[in-house]
Amino acid sequence: MLKGSLGLIALSSLLLSGTAFAQEKIKVGVTATLEGTYTVLGEDGMRGHQTALNVLGKKIGDKELEFVVASTDATPDSAVRAVRKLIEQDKVQILLSPLSGDEGIAVKNFAKTHPELTFVNAASGAQETTYVDPAPNFFRYNMDGAQWQVGLGKYAYETKGYRKIATVGEDYSFIYTQVFGLVLEFCAAGGQVTNRQWVPLGTKDFASVIAALPDDVDAIYLGLGGADAVNFLNQYQQAGGKAHLMGGSIMIDQTILSSKGSAKNALVGTIAASGQADTWEDPNWQKFVKAYQDSFPESKRFPSPSLLATNYYGSTMALILALRQVNGDLSNNQAKLKDALAKIEIDAPNGKIKLDSNRQAIGTNFVTEVVDDGKGALFSKVVKVIPNVNQTLGYDPAVFAKIGLPSRTVPECKKY
Amino acid sequence: MARFIERHPAWALIVIIAVAVLAWMVFAIWPPGLEAAIGRKRVFLNAVLNGITLGGLYFLVASGFTLIFGLMRNVNLAHGSLYLFGGYIGYAVSTWTGSWILSFIVAFIAVALVGVILQLAVFRRMEGQDLRQTMVTIGLSIVFADLMLWVFGGDFYQVQTPAWLIGPVQLPLLTAIKSSGEPVYLQYPLVRLVIFLASVVIGVAMWLALNRTRIGMIVRAGVDDRDILAATGVRIQLVFVLVFALGAGLAGIAGVVGGTFQSLSPGEDTRFLLASLVVVIVGGMGSIPGAALGAVIIGLAEQLGSVYIPTYAIVVTFLIMVLVLAVRPQGLLARR
Repeated sequence: MLKGSLGLIALSSLLLSGTAFAQEKIKVGVTATLEGTYTVLGEDGMRGHQTALNVLGKKIGDKELEFVVASTDATPDSAVRAVRKLIEQDKVQILLSPLSGDEGIAVKNFAKTHPELTFVNAASGAQETTYVDPAPNFFRYNMDGAQWQVGLGKYAYETKGYRKIATVGEDYSFIYTQVFGLVLEFCAAGGQVTNRQWVPLGTKDFASVIAALPDDVDAIYLGLGGADAVNFLNQYQQAGGKAHLMGGSIMIDQTILSSKGSAKNALVGTIAASGQADTWEDPNWQKFVKAYQDSFPESKRFPSPSLLATNYYGSTMALILALRQVNGDLSNNQAKLKDALAKIEIDAPNGKIKLDSNRQAIGTNFVTEVVDDGKGALFSKVVKVIPNVNQTLGYDPAVFAKIGLPSRTVPECKKY
Repeated sequence: MARFIERHPAWALIVIIAVAVLAWMVFAIWPPGLEAAIGRKRVFLNAVLNGITLGGLYFLVASGFTLIFGLMRNVNLAHGSLYLFGGYIGYAVSTWTGSWILSFIVAFIAVALVGVILQLAVFRRMEGQDLRQTMVTIGLSIVFADLMLWVFGGDFYQVQTPAWLIGPVQLPLLTAIKSSGEPVYLQYPLVRLVIFLASVVIGVAMWLALNRTRIGMIVRAGVDDRDILAATGVRIQLVFVLVFALGAGLAGIAGVVGGTFQSLSPGEDTRFLLASLVVVIVGGMGSIPGAALGAVIIGLAEQLGSVYIPTYAIVVTFLIMVLVLAVRPQGLLARR
């Protein structure tokens, strides 16, 4: 049996290498967080990537795309290690990386040391990545964390009537960016953010954090993701928490809404904002959801793609379309490809996306509310669709620059 | 106790004062000045209780680890995998049968069996060869982690808390007095208290078994001198298998506990391996009371740290470990 399967593997690898001779390959390195707190996010990101390949195919003219996947754990050094390995050992020519905020900043900086290669951001959303000293060969087709919060602050203040909120978030760049977007809009509308708690990525025991939440606020904003979010909700329920909740983009997402157990039910009615909404009726989105569902058996996917799947789909799509425009021409340090990537406008499932002069996406944002579909599955329902959200969130660039970079305490809660 | 006071009167005084201050902070109503300085009493009490209950979980994992190490000098670096495996088994059983209690029993038995197989198939073949054992167990932990990722995927699993354990209870600890003169008592999650009580019961039972029974006597004798014990005719290999099964089973139970008040996912195995390593280094390798003390210290450090110095919370536990290694490298309660 063992011998037989070994023989089969040997035979199939022979066949594979046979096709390799016949066709020129373009090697693309992909990274995803397939370890640690964000494992589920990485897995679904890869599903989005696979869905894009199923829909668009791997052929670029007479060449064929070949993908090499490397795993990271959401820390910047793991991302740089993975990217370095892909470039030096696997000799990839193009990178589709990375997934998480801090990783993005590190990979952008690393990209500058390889100006001849092309980096397409897979899903990371820290503002700094493309806003501060951007790398000319780094392209991001998803919006950043602050853009993904556009609309939430106003909706919370005006429609929900929240006046005072507190935030709990993971202590790293993407969540800083998300809180940045929220605070800016909520405080401009007249709201107050009384308390911002930061917890290390990978916190398991939130009991003390929950105990320290203030009582005198109208709602609590949760900027958590992956295992952290599930642990928080579980312990929040055990502690008998009853406050109104608001959610960040990876908090209100199928990665959490489809988790096993009952903790997620605390989220029903939670308002959030993100680069997508599960129940959007746009035909392009519905087509993508269908393609995602058809690509994997029901037990191996979420009922509906997560934000990460959508981002990986979008970035893979942009790369393939741009490569096709230049017919896979990577000569002259990939100049033609970079040019095409900077100019391309894609019809992504979550709305049209084009890049600004920093090669950062301008796209569509969604305010959502979590609903139960009646059978126990949770989805994010569209409340409001906001097109053409740019990185400065509609502010004048000079004013925006004065606010400062997202951090634990920036921005202050005031009108800029 | 009396001897300790005679020998170190200064230290004894410091300890007594510290205990008195802590007791006052727990039971008294805080004056407004103190609340202004370090925050509300409710937050402090919660952090202390959380630290102690988290210590209960750490104790469950670390006690098995330290037991195995104490008797067999095996550094079982696959202990974290046993924890995670136990958690997954507990999840499967509790969703299948709906019984939380049953999930503990099945997890204990299943993981104990894995422990028996490990001892018979792996450790017995490389007795006394520390380096080989370490390498093999690291390898096994990677293989186990991938197997579990294959079967259960990267999803987060939570063992369903039974309905009667969900929600808070009121503890007879005052946190504040309202302006109307009405006392406010502390609300605390019931499930954490129950789990903590259970780990105390397990700890006491283990201590009694080790110190008051014949088998315990054999195990203790084995810790002191394996060769002489074997020479007296005790079937030492059988004792090894039993202890390994018990240690592994405890890790399995801890997995269900961890899955109930936290969650299970890939990566938890190494986290708990690291936690139990820190706990036994602080408490003393091979000592059950040491594991209990170390677990409570680490639990308290994590929780108080996450409230009062959130930025540096992560390093506090390691600082404690460094301190212990510098001052008392054998661990706080180790005998030698």
